Amino acid sequence: METFLQQLVNGISQGSAYALIALGYTMVYGVLRLINFAHSDVYMFGAFMGYYIANSTLGLALGPSIPGAILVMVGSMALCACLGILIERFAYRPGRSPSPFTLSFWFGILGAGFGQLLGGTLVSVALGALAGAVLGFVLEKVGLKPKPQSSHLKLLIIAIGVSFFLENGGQQVFGADPKFFPQIIPNRSIDVGGVSLDTQKLTVLGVALLLMILLNVVVHYTKTGKAMRAVSFNLDTAKLMGINTDRIIAFTFALGSALAGAGGILVTLMYPRIDPLMGIMPGLKAFVAAVLGGIGNITGAMIGGLIIGLAEVMAVGYGQSTYRDAIAFVILVLILLLKPTGIMGKGMVEKV
Amino acid sequence: MGLLEVRDCTIRFGGLTAVKSLSMSLEKGALYGLIGPNGAGKTTVFNLLTGVYHPNEGSIELDGKSLNKLKPSRIARLGMSRTFQNIRLFQSMTVLENVKLARHGARKQNVWDATLHNRKQRDEEAQIERDAMELLEIFNLEGRADEIAINLPYGSQRRLEIARALATDPRILLLDEPAAGMNPQESLDLMHLIRRVRDRFDLTVLLVEHNMRVVMGVCERIQVIDYGETIALGSPREIQDNPKVIEAYLGGA
Amino acid sequence: MKRWLLWLGVLLVLAGLEASLRGLIGPYAYQITVLVGVNIILAVSLNLINGFTGQFSIGHAGFYAVGAYTSAALVKFGGPAIRGLVGFLPAIGQDAVLLLAGLAAAAIVAGIAGLAVGIPSLRLRGDYLAIVTLGFGEIIRVVILNVDSIGGARGFSGIEQLSNFFWVYFFVLVTIVVIHNIVHSSYGRAFVSIRDDEIAAEAMGVDTTRFKVLSFVISSMFAGIAGGLFGHFTMYLHPNSFTFVASFNVIIMIVIGGLGSIEGAVVGATVFTVALELLRKLGPFRLVSFAVLLVLIMIYRPQGLLGSWTLFKGRRKAAPKAMVV
Repeated sequence: METFLQQLVNGISQGSAYALIALGYTMVYGVLRLINFAHSDVYMFGAFMGYYIANSTLGLALGPSIPGAILVMVGSMALCACLGILIERFAYRPGRSPSPFTLSFWFGILGAGFGQLLGGTLVSVALGALAGAVLGFVLEKVGLKPKPQSSHLKLLIIAIGVSFFLENGGQQVFGADPKFFPQIIPNRSIDVGGVSLDTQKLTVLGVALLLMILLNVVVHYTKTGKAMRAVSFNLDTAKLMGINTDRIIAFTFALGSALAGAGGILVTLMYPRIDPLMGIMPGLKAFVAAVLGGIGNITGAMIGGLIIGLAEVMAVGYGQSTYRDAIAFVILVLILLLKPTGIMGKGMVEKV
Repeated sequence: MGLLEVRDCTIRFGGLTAVKSLSMSLEKGALYGLIGPNGAGKTTVFNLLTGVYHPNEGSIELDGKSLNKLKPSRIARLGMSRTFQNIRLFQSMTVLENVKLARHGARKQNVWDATLHNRKQRDEEAQIERDAMELLEIFNLEGRADEIAINLPYGSQRRLEIARALATDPRILLLDEPAAGMNPQESLDLMHLIRRVRDRFDLTVLLVEHNMRVVMGVCERIQVIDYGETIALGSPREIQDNPKVIEAYLGGA
Repeated sequence: MKRWLLWLGVLLVLAGLEASLRGLIGPYAYQITVLVGVNIILAVSLNLINGFTGQFSIGHAGFYAVGAYTSAALVKFGGPAIRGLVGFLPAIGQDAVLLLAGLAAAAIVAGIAGLAVGIPSLRLRGDYLAIVTLGFGEIIRVVILNVDSIGGARGFSGIEQLSNFFWVYFFVLVTIVVIHNIVHSSYGRAFVSIRDDEIAAEAMGVDTTRFKVLSFVISSMFAGIAGGLFGHFTMYLHPNSFTFVASFNVIIMIVIGGLGSIEGAVVGATVFTVALELLRKLGPFRLVSFAVLLVLIMIYRPQGLLGSWTLFKGRRKAAPKAMVV
């Protein structure tokens, strides 16, 4: 019984982290009908940003304390939101409709990479980036124009490309070797009837719960949230109604990415090992959670996350641990066979 | 009993009842019109008949065989073929390929034949090509066989959709607003074409159309629906004089 | 009859090249050439599902791995028995029988895996195939890591070297011919109709689920064959060769060449493999650049970098004329 309760607690904390990541998938799917493959890498990025903030002068000065933890959390979420907006602006939006400075942006990144390879100093990186951006700008002016038509497959491939970019960019910038996340909250453990509740698990639970409540408030009670729901109901109609859909889409990315960043920090509280490829598996599981709950449905994503977390922890606790990663996959295949619309999903009718 | 029998079909989307206990009976060889104001549920009826949606209640039978739970492709192979209101040609294919694709259900080659391109496969491909060209000739499209289908002018695309539907060897042809976007002359030609096709291919035709001239000019029997319910059924003459129909179209004062 | 003569000629040419190539271009270039061949098989086969059928698999490496391990395991554990059965053949003939048996097993098992992955995901419209194949690719690696008899995390070593330039390029030709033939048949038209408009395809009698699964299974089988050829060439397999990166590489090959073009896939695979070798000095930045390249190609030239070869070539010539209308 006690083991069961312990597993339950572990499962719920693990699950709430999955739920946070799943929310990003589900929200982006809601507005763009796109599986944002890069989302799992935003989660990785969040963990790394947290790592760097915690190891910065200010972070080290604060140490494992509440203000320190808040700094790491909020800072990483903000940086993730920025990354989400960048991805939307320079990869997905150009895939939907021509947008200026796309080439400048990507060439700038390539230029920075070359700068690092050739010079290895900050100056050479900056010069490379500048040269790339200028070259991209010129090419754009000369008339390299994107294909105007948007297609589903195109966006999907772009998403895969961005994901791969972030994974390999992460390996180059952060290094391929795993790093260990420092302790950012004081670690204490309380024993409640044989179940150990440590501060980490409680933090994970508390923060996840708080963020989900906040998200619900944003989505249901703010003007932007209403616009988000309108866009996810029907993008074209929302546009006709005068909603700036590009802005709402960017906002959705920011929101989802911030949550992924939070997820990244929370998971590293429990499993402090971080590396640039750490996002793939949790990303996959969070996606399964989103599908299980009914993709596009926010409450569904939360429920789905909890179920996946519990299923995984229970299976590991009572049976095979080597195949831990396979459990979410089996669940995915089962949902697709039995109820592809998910728990909370409504049957979507395709317009003929 | 008719070739196509629809009995008390109802379909709901969430709270909305799109089609309510609809019954319909098409005799073999009929030219049957289904009309109704915008949003009356006409296209939904097509989607029910072709298996895109499945009815919540009621039954649909083609020649005594229930279609209720079948997939669209199965229904198409049983002899129900359709066109689409918003043209759905295969965009990367040529005119000829669009029609050849529709011979899919009649193919006899299996994967091995296709893999090996053996005599059987090549003979069949040649036959498919001849059949497709023959159909294109009927629709005056043979000269544009090698053009990409979606580059054709609008009226030709509509005709190509009908040709493609016929290539599946249907028993019932469902035309979803074939005259939409056509000028009066084109509509007139279309009316003749529909009759000619019915006679030549021994077809039963179900037509959904907004253009009253076309419906009244072509159909022998007309069913009027509004808000998913049948409000009138009869010959064109009877329909034109039916006060309920006039009311539905004029917005029910 | 003429076809047989043609194939015989091809076999002779390949055999001649096999005998002389290593000496002509040196072992390193020979190895890269073989690798190019394996990648061509992967790219052309992935193109069937991703390019022609319009469904997006991102786990081709999973099936490649299944094929590689299946063939290697069959030859390792069943090799002596098979050699015994065909003992009357000379050594080179025994090798051929053994390799073909391994590749057949690889194709069958990879095909079955394709069926298992395809049935749940391809019934649905949308991108489920992408995520399920991604999951499958990762899971299959976990499974391999945990099976000790095929090396687990140590890698599978001691695989008999049976494949070489001759066999790889023989199967390159087989793959191209088979995929070309299928694409230019009723089946190919059905695949393309699914890509263009699934609803219209159903309405025209194409059982879209069945044909999507068929396309996916054929694609997986060839990935399996590529895996078998690879394993029997390198004589060593490790799960890390079959990560998401490997799948991604095949995607970029077909995107460079243009989705839905067999010639494009061949050129894309060649260009990519060679470029990856030449740019080895760039380290991880290579993959960063390729990722950026993929994104930019999709935004600016979704028809592929290398021009626009297209499906149904002969017939398509009329297309530009139509633009004037």
